[in-house]
Order: sequence, then structure tokens, then C-alpha cells
Amino acid sequence: MIPKRIDSLKFEVLSPQEVRRMSVTKIITPETYDDDGFPIEAGLMDPKLGVIDPGLKCKTCGGKAGECPGHFGHIELAAPVNHPGYAKLIGKLLNATCRECGRVLIKDERRDKFIDEIERRKELGQDFEETVKEVFRITKTAKKCPHCGEGQIEIKFEKPTFFYEGEHRLTPKDVRERLEKISIDDLPAFGMDPKAVRPEWMVLTVLPVPPVTVRPSIILETGQRSEDDLTHKLVDIIRINQRFLENKEAGAPQLILEDLWELLQYHVTTYMDNEVSGIPPARHRSGRPLKTIAQRLKGKEGRFRGSLSGKRVNFSARAVISPDPNLSIGEVGVPSFIAEELTYPLFVTEKNIEEAREYILRDEHPKANYVIRPDGKRIRVMDANKEELAEKLEPGMIIERQMMDGDVVLFNRQPSLHRMSIMSHYVRVLPYKTFRLNPAVCPPYNADFDGDEMNMHVPQGLEAQAEAKLLMSVDRQILSPRFGGPIIGGIHDHVSGLYILTRGERKFTREEVVSLLKSLGAEDLKTEKGKEYWSGKEVFSLILPDISLEFKAEICQGCEECKREDCEFDAYVVIRNGKLLKGTIDEKSVGAFKGIIIDEIMRKYGSLETMNFIDRVTQLAIRAITYYGFSFGINDEEIPEEAVKQIRSVIEKAEKKVEDFINAYREGILEPMPGRSLKETLEMKIMQELGKARDRAGKIAGRFLGMDNSAVIMAVSGARGSMLNLTQMAACIGQQSVRGERIKRGYTYTNRTLSHFKPGDLGSRARGFVKSSYKDGLTPVEYFFHAIGGREGLVDTAVRTSQSGYLQRRLINALQDLKIEYDGTVKEQTSGMLVQYKYGEDGIDPMKSFRGKAVDVERIIHEVLTEK
Amino acid sequence: MSKYDSVLNKYPIPDTIKVEIKEKLEELKVTKKVAGEVAERCYRAYLTNLMEPGEAAGIVAAQSIGEPGTQMTMRTFHYAGVAEIDVTLGLPRLIEILDVRKNPSTPLMTIRLTEEYAKDRNKAREVANRIEATYIVDIADVETDIRNLVIVVNLDEKALKRKQLTIDEIRKKIEKSLKTEVVEENGNLIVKSEPSYKVLMDLFDKLKKLVLAGIKEIRRVIIRKEDDEYILYTEGSNLKKVSKVKGVDFTRTITNNIYEIYEVLGIEAARNAVIEEAISTLEEQGLEVDIRHIMLVADTMTADGELKQIGRHGVAGEKQSILARAAFEMTVNNLLDAAVRGDRDRLSGITENIIVGQPIKLGTGDVELITRYTRTKK
Repeated sequence: MIPKRIDSLKFEVLSPQEVRRMSVTKIITPETYDDDGFPIEAGLMDPKLGVIDPGLKCKTCGGKAGECPGHFGHIELAAPVNHPGYAKLIGKLLNATCRECGRVLIKDERRDKFIDEIERRKELGQDFEETVKEVFRITKTAKKCPHCGEGQIEIKFEKPTFFYEGEHRLTPKDVRERLEKISIDDLPAFGMDPKAVRPEWMVLTVLPVPPVTVRPSIILETGQRSEDDLTHKLVDIIRINQRFLENKEAGAPQLILEDLWELLQYHVTTYMDNEVSGIPPARHRSGRPLKTIAQRLKGKEGRFRGSLSGKRVNFSARAVISPDPNLSIGEVGVPSFIAEELTYPLFVTEKNIEEAREYILRDEHPKANYVIRPDGKRIRVMDANKEELAEKLEPGMIIERQMMDGDVVLFNRQPSLHRMSIMSHYVRVLPYKTFRLNPAVCPPYNADFDGDEMNMHVPQGLEAQAEAKLLMSVDRQILSPRFGGPIIGGIHDHVSGLYILTRGERKFTREEVVSLLKSLGAEDLKTEKGKEYWSGKEVFSLILPDISLEFKAEICQGCEECKREDCEFDAYVVIRNGKLLKGTIDEKSVGAFKGIIIDEIMRKYGSLETMNFIDRVTQLAIRAITYYGFSFGINDEEIPEEAVKQIRSVIEKAEKKVEDFINAYREGILEPMPGRSLKETLEMKIMQELGKARDRAGKIAGRFLGMDNSAVIMAVSGARGSMLNLTQMAACIGQQSVRGERIKRGYTYTNRTLSHFKPGDLGSRARGFVKSSYKDGLTPVEYFFHAIGGREGLVDTAVRTSQSGYLQRRLINALQDLKIEYDGTVKEQTSGMLVQYKYGEDGIDPMKSFRGKAVDVERIIHEVLTEK
Repeated sequence: MSKYDSVLNKYPIPDTIKVEIKEKLEELKVTKKVAGEVAERCYRAYLTNLMEPGEAAGIVAAQSIGEPGTQMTMRTFHYAGVAEIDVTLGLPRLIEILDVRKNPSTPLMTIRLTEEYAKDRNKAREVANRIEATYIVDIADVETDIRNLVIVVNLDEKALKRKQLTIDEIRKKIEKSLKTEVVEENGNLIVKSEPSYKVLMDLFDKLKKLVLAGIKEIRRVIIRKEDDEYILYTEGSNLKKVSKVKGVDFTRTITNNIYEIYEVLGIEAARNAVIEEAISTLEEQGLEVDIRHIMLVADTMTADGELKQIGRHGVAGEKQSILARAAFEMTVNNLLDAAVRGDRDRLSGITENIIVGQPIKLGTGDVELITRYTRTKK
């Protein structure tokens, strides 16, 4: 069966006849319910408009609540009213047409030229707004009608819905009369479709009343009814409409009628859009502005973005996440509570009917929660009815079975910035109440475990499950399409663990090696006789597939001349035939975003092997780091007295130099840098000097902390933190800045940052240089400056997230319809516009590319040559 | 001609790859047989590395550029090459590029000179003087003499010399632009005015704003030597005027104002400028983004010959689909206008189909093949 598809949607303006035709009842009274709580006939809650209370039936279609979509009613307006959304267009039309004969204020030949131009552009799919604008511009300035010779008076449009001809205000009735005269042949010149709209329809004479299903009333706990905002507004309209009618019939003076007319206009305007400029928004009794039609559609929570583009789903769960390195990266630990609630459909056939029956009869975990009969009825499986259900089970039914190990689910963390934010995992039902995941999959989700929550979705169709497995599984997302490198890989302890394991020539006995590899299933080591010790590199080699690589590690010092294999820092990694011969494993080898080894395995052995490798890496690394014992505390920032002295002298020297600069500046002997003022030069020099001092202090601290310090290990291996963080903790925090400059704001009139300083003090301390370290603690003044600098950082992050979020939304909106065609071109789907002849000029998938290169030529040549 | 050409030409691989293979092969000097094997395997690798039909290339590109946006900084840093010029970088710059701002916050030009001027600092200075906007305050002290109702321009000879201007030139320039009489009096210029205080002050303001030499938009020029060649870096940009300055090698002159490039050099140049600027902005932040994604964005912005921004007034706002536009921004107006125009939404895009609840025409949703279900006979 081919599912039905909507071909297209056409937009037109409702005509008064159309409104009356689709209406099931005329609404005349503003009352909604009578004293007994029954809806009043011809009132706003008329039962003909549909049902919202369960149990009742619709008087029009007989459907129950949920079945009946609701039906429109209508209000006959006592006097015509301008449509607020079209007021601007009405104004333009009035100015573009003759006040007497209603024709366009240009000659027919010229009009036809414009119409042809518009037609041409329409056909090409181009925007014809410019041409229409031109028509309005020319006609507005016309003084005399070229058709009847009548002189024209410019009509002024006043927001939101008023028109003035000179001093005289045009009533909507006048407006409507004029619009009626506009010829069908002229409409295309205004960009209007004569089949879709008549200009006079933009002045309303009859108002459609939306069905009650659109504006359901809610019953409060007190039993009171609370009506929807739209109902309130409609009540206002009907009330004024009735008053206008009564007054007109009673022959009230014109002035009163006009006032009522204006009031009616106000209510209709705010009913359509309660945020139009120029008039105060209609308010609820509590003072809250009403949410009327436009407000329902607009904005993030509006109908379009909130309810239509993003929909609510069933079969989903949300929980806090926590790490579990014993899981594979392709798995997710699901709490048993959730697994018992969420279900997987099992489509009953002759072949699996016994299995299905078993699920129904079971009374613990993987059991059936519901049975769905072919007629669509869902029956909950309970102890009382399970025997009966099992008996009646037949092919064609669906049972909803509790989720169990091996099921595929989608796992997601917001903000979903890229496609790796939703990946499919295989379920492992686990005790306790959090979702568990291997920390190596944190980078694509950008997750951590400080209280992050994630969502899980259970695909219900076989197609959906197949797509989840084949397209979205974690192993297929290891390479990022952003840059064609791995985005999943070891983080934090994985990196430090392997670094500790492989650094230098640590020795392990047979027992130790087995215990390190135990979790990988190793029971014993097959090896040549007499081998007593294994080095860390050999242990790592045991989990490596057969690959050959050479590269510089993260810890590479960037020596002027690389000694390659003979690197004194052991920073040159050599892997040959799956054996790690030289070098230390660190972030560059196995880390997310960088991992060269991961990249290589991916290309040589494919995604599953890579996933297994990452699993092995996490296991081994965790074992290694636990075996070694790894901790970090405040004592690790301790530096000897000698280092403190050196640091102090470095900073003092720098401060002295800053003093000198300031003196030179004051005496006017400071040489300005080209294109900079004296003051700017001074600031730059000071910043530079203090920056250098901080770096030097950091170097000293780093030297005294040594390579065995936990923080140093983490920083150099790329596991976490940087040498700058360490510098700030152990040596000196450095200059605090606002907008890239030293802190200068404060008491402007005395030109100082704090009252602790002399006016005009430019010294390092007075402008936010913090010479203490975090460990030593800050002086009150330093603390204050540090808070200033820290606040800027916070504001920066807050602003950036909103800005980049909007940028991403715009990018997605602009590019979402681009698709690669079978011929390799890129086309925009809605307009069919050709964007690229060949995607990316070579048609290569960035994800499959080798860091941007189409084909890894070097590798292929290497392969060919070694085979020979 | 290389001996490997005949081997390589058998395969329809893009030239860039061919060149790379050839270079590598020539380096190793392998036999033709090996070369054939390499070419064959490269071709196979190329085929497997191709993008799949139906792939949502646009969304992947949008995500690849949008996602690193969260990691970018907001601040204006110093330009990597010239410490003296501030340049907007990071997220604000990326937004500026994709918005196609007509007036970017920090326009900047890199001007290379013709051979004649490039080697000599003084010659380069000469060109710089022709480009840099010079105001009267740069070369003189200006005062109003209220008693005589004249403006006294006290010229600084050193500055004059540096700017390579003569008193007479300045006198003529002022006379011509302000349409008043200017006389020279022992090295000073006296600008005469009508006997009215108001007119004098107006004249004074005008004189201060008068560009005596150079191009108005270019506020500052910095000369730097790079690889025995003098290069001019300017703050402010005006590609069109700079192109006409003598001594400028226009073929090697660039600006970071993309809209200017579009106006002066056309759409292809604009496309390349968008790619160039976007990739350098991302690279400067240390973010790795494949160039194909940026190419796709640039091509979308320039596909119909006009440089359009990403957003409401450009690509996203000119979508054919009414529902897609309504879901993006300006919901109500889009719907009202569509009704008057009698527009039809053909439901061919993504958002539209999501809205009406149909499968989208991308990836697996784009496949129209259906297997005919027949019961196999036993």
C-alpha cells in the first residue's frame, strides 16, 4: 500500500460567503452557559460547534470528544470592520486606485507590462515583491486618474486600522465601497491573485467563530469554568456588536454609533493580533494581556515552532546520567524502572506466537504490558486476564513487551547541535535509577556527570529500528562529518591511564599483566618461555589490532630538530604491525577529536573493530590507573621555598619594569608604537611584560613540580587541564582583564579603580594584576579584580550561547532543503535550484575523507608497496 | 607530461587527487604496473568515499558550522599579522560574514604593490599617502581667529613632508572644496570667511572633515615588510578607489569586506571571499571544519547570482514554501501575504512535511522503491 500524501496546500482569503457557508450556526448572544451549566444555543459554546466534554456527542456530526474536529460558526458584524493584518495593504490599494472609478492609476499598457513582468518572475520562481512595490510607488504619486480623469487625494494610513483622506476619516464602509470597485484585471498588478481574493474581503462583514475545540474552557478545582482567551475576546465582540445593532435600530446619534464602531474595530483588531502597535493590548481581568490568534501562532512556543515543527512523543524517558566504564560505548544502561515501563512492539506471527505467549504469561521483568488487537484496542496485561489473553492471542496482534537487553534505543542530550547528539545504543537493563553510559561517548553528546539528564526514545516500527541500527548506531558516528576525524575516544582517566602505563619502561609481572587485562577476558598469557616481565608498551600492544603508524605524541616538546625514534621525551610514537615500539600513548593517540590510532583502525578495520578497540582502551586504561593509584589534592600544588623565591623575584622584576614604563610615560620619553597612541603603547607594553612574568613563574613552578605530579601528568598528556591552570594554582594568577584591557573602570572622577589607590595610579596592582596563586589565596583587592574578570567570562558565555544558537537556527533553516541528487549535484528541493554541480567540488563525503583529503593516497601507496 | 599520466587518465578522478598521486609516484619512481595498481585502488577508494545520493548535505553543513559556534570567543583580538590593527574575530565575525553586512565592524585591506613600488620603503610610503585619508588636523594646528573672523591653519612642516604634500596643494584643495578664499601667510594658511560667526564655525567644521588626500574610508595605513616586499595594511576599506591608485597591484589586493568584493568583482569573487573569510575565522579559533561545508554555505548564498545572507532577508526568507517561512520568522505576515497572493505550498521541503506530518524527502525518506510482496510458493 502506498501511503497517501498531501500534494499541496493553497492559501486564499476567506470570502464572506465562504464564512457563512462553512458555518454551522450564527452566534448572536455573548452568553456562554446558562445557570444550570448547559451551553446556550446560538451562544459561543453552542453544542453545534463541537464537543470538548468527554461523554457528550457533537450536535453537528455526532462524533464524541476526540473524534469531532469541531465546526465553525459565524458572527454577522453590524458594521464592516477593517482586517488589521491587511490594513497596510488596503492603504496601498486605496492610494493606487482611483477614488471614483476604482481603476489603477496607470494606463492599461503600462499595467500590462508590469503584470507580464510579475508573471515572468513567478514562473522563474523569483521574488516579484520589487515589481509590486514599483507599481504602488508610481500610482501613489498620480494626481489624476488616467481612466476617468478624477483628481486624486492621498490617503493617509494611520496605525493600526485607520485611513484619512485629507482631514476626513474613512469609515470601513467607505473603504469597502472603494475596494469593491477595483477591477479584477488590475489585481495581478498588485501581486494579488483574483482567484484567491477580492479586495473588499479585507474589510470584514462577517466573522468566523472558531470551534470550541480550538478554545476549550477548563474547569478549575473550585468547579468554576475558566474560558479561553479567544472566547473572552469573542464575547467582547458580540457584546459590542449587539450594542451597535440596538443603538442603530433605536436611531442613536451618529457620534455614539461612531464610538461603538471604533470600539468594535478595536475588539476585532485585538482578537486577531493583540500586539499591534498603536493601540493598548486587550487585557484579562488580572491585567495579563490576552493571547489571541496571532500570539497563538507566533514565536518559539507558538503553533508553528512549538506544536507543528516540534511534536511531543510517547515511548520516551528522561533520567540523570552517570558513568559506567564496564559498558561498551555502543550500550546504554537503562534503569529497571524505566525498562519495565517502556515497551517494544512484538508483531505476532505464526512463527513467534509461542514466544509472545510466553511474554504474556511471565510475571517478572521481560513481560508483556499490553496486547493490541487488530481493531486497535489496547488491553493491559494483568494477572487476572493474562491466561485469557494468551489463549486468545493470534497472528496479526501486537504485544507490547517490556524493554530488555539488546533492544535498540535512541539516546539524546540537548542541545542537539549536531547529528551525533542523537545516537542509537543497545539496551542493558541495570539496577538503580540513572542512565549509564561509557565515558568515552561523552564528547559527541558534550555530556558530563555533574547532574546532566538525557532522553531516551524507543523506536516502535521495524523500519525505525532498522534505521536506528544501521544509520545511527554509535560505531557509525565515531568519525565526525565536521572534519573527518574521530569524535569518540578516550577522555580524562583513559588518557592519563594509558600515559602512565606506556610511559618509560615500567615492568609488569605475568600476574600483573593478567590482572590488567582480566576485564578484557584474558585468562592467561601465551608467550615464549622464560619471559618474566612485560613493559607497559607491550601490555598496550596486546589490545592493538595489526596497524603500523608513526607520529608525534601530544607530549612532544616541539624540539627544533626532531630526533624521531630517539626522542628523549619518549614523545615519538612508533607502532609496527600492532606493536607499540616507541613513544607514549596520550591524547594524540586515543583521545576524542585527535586520536590518530582510532582514526587508523577506523580506516583499516571499520567501525565495529574501532568500537571494540575503544572499549578495550577504556577497560585497560581504567585498570591501569587504578593499579597505579592516581589522585590530586591541594598538596600537589606545593612548591618548595626556593621556587617561591624565584617566582617572587620574577614578579618583582616585572613590577619594577612596569614602574619604569609608567615613569617613562609620565616623563614623555616612551616611544609610541606605530599607529598607536602613547597610552595604548604603555598599556600594551605593560600587558606584555606582566604576561611574560606569569609565564616565567609558571615555568618555574612546572619545573619544581616535576613530571610525576598528577596535575602535570594530566596537563601534558592532554587528559584534563593545562599548564596555565597549574600556573595559576601554584605560581601566579596573572592579569585580570575586561575586554582585553587591564581593569580601568571604577571611580571615574578620581581616575582610580579602588579607593585603596592614589588617583591616576597606573601600577600593576592598581589595574588588576593578581600576583598571588590560588593556593596562596588572594588579597581582598585581588579578589575583587578577579571577580570582575570572572564576571566578564560568565556574561560572555551567556551571550555567546544565545547568539550561536540563533546562528545555527538560521543556518539550518537556510540549508535544510539541500539534497545530494543521484547525479551528484546538490539541489534545493523546494525551488529545484542547482546549488553545486558536484558536492564540495569533488563529491567526497567529509566524514569519509581523510581529514579533508578525498583519498588517503599515501596510505594506498604504502599498502601497494608493502604487498609487493 | 609524466609517464603516469596515461595510467591516471583512465580513471575519472578529480584533478586534485590526480596531481597528488602523480607527485607521490614521481617521488618514489615506481614502475608503471605499480602505478596502475595505485591508481586503481585510489579510484576505488574515491568511489567509496563519495557522498551518498539523498544525503542531507545542507543540514550536515549547517550543523558543522553551527556546532563549533558555541566554542568561539566573543572578543576582538589583534590581527595576527599586524599588531596595530584590531580585527573582529570569533563568533561576531562569523555572524557578520553569514549576514553579509554591508558595513562590517572592522574593514581591513591588504594591499600589495607593483614591483616598482614594492621594494622601496619611500616608494611604498608614497602609495600609502595616496591611500590614507589625510585631514587637516593631521598636518596642522587649526584655530579660529574670532577677532578677524578667519581660520588660521598652522601647518606642521614635518608632517607635510611625511605626507608628501605642499602648501600650495593644500591651499588649492581647501579653496576648491570650501569655496572660500585662502591666502598663504608666512607658512600659515588663512582661510577667510564671510563676516558671520555662524558661517565661520560651519566652515571650521567642514574644514576639519575635509579629506585633503587619500581615500575617505581608509583611516590608517600601515607599511610592513614581508619577504623583501613592502605590503600596506589599511584600517577601513574601499576596493574600488584603491584599485585606481597608482602603484597598487590590484590583482594581489584583498579586502575583508565581502559585500565590496561582490560589488566590485562579482559573484564568483564573493563566493570565494565568503569561503576564505569563514574558514580563516574558524581556523583562527582552532576549530577544524571541512571546507566542503563552508563551500556549500557560500554556494547557497550565491547560487542565483546575488549575494544573499543566511536569514530572514536572504536564503531562509526566500524559501518557496509558505509553511517553512512561517515556521522560521514573521509567521503572521507570511501567512497573510500568501493568502492575498493565492500562493500554493507544494510541500516539497523539510519543514513543510514535518508540519503536515509526512515523511521528509531526504535520506531513507527519499527512496520511492517498494518491493512487491508475493507469497513464496512452497
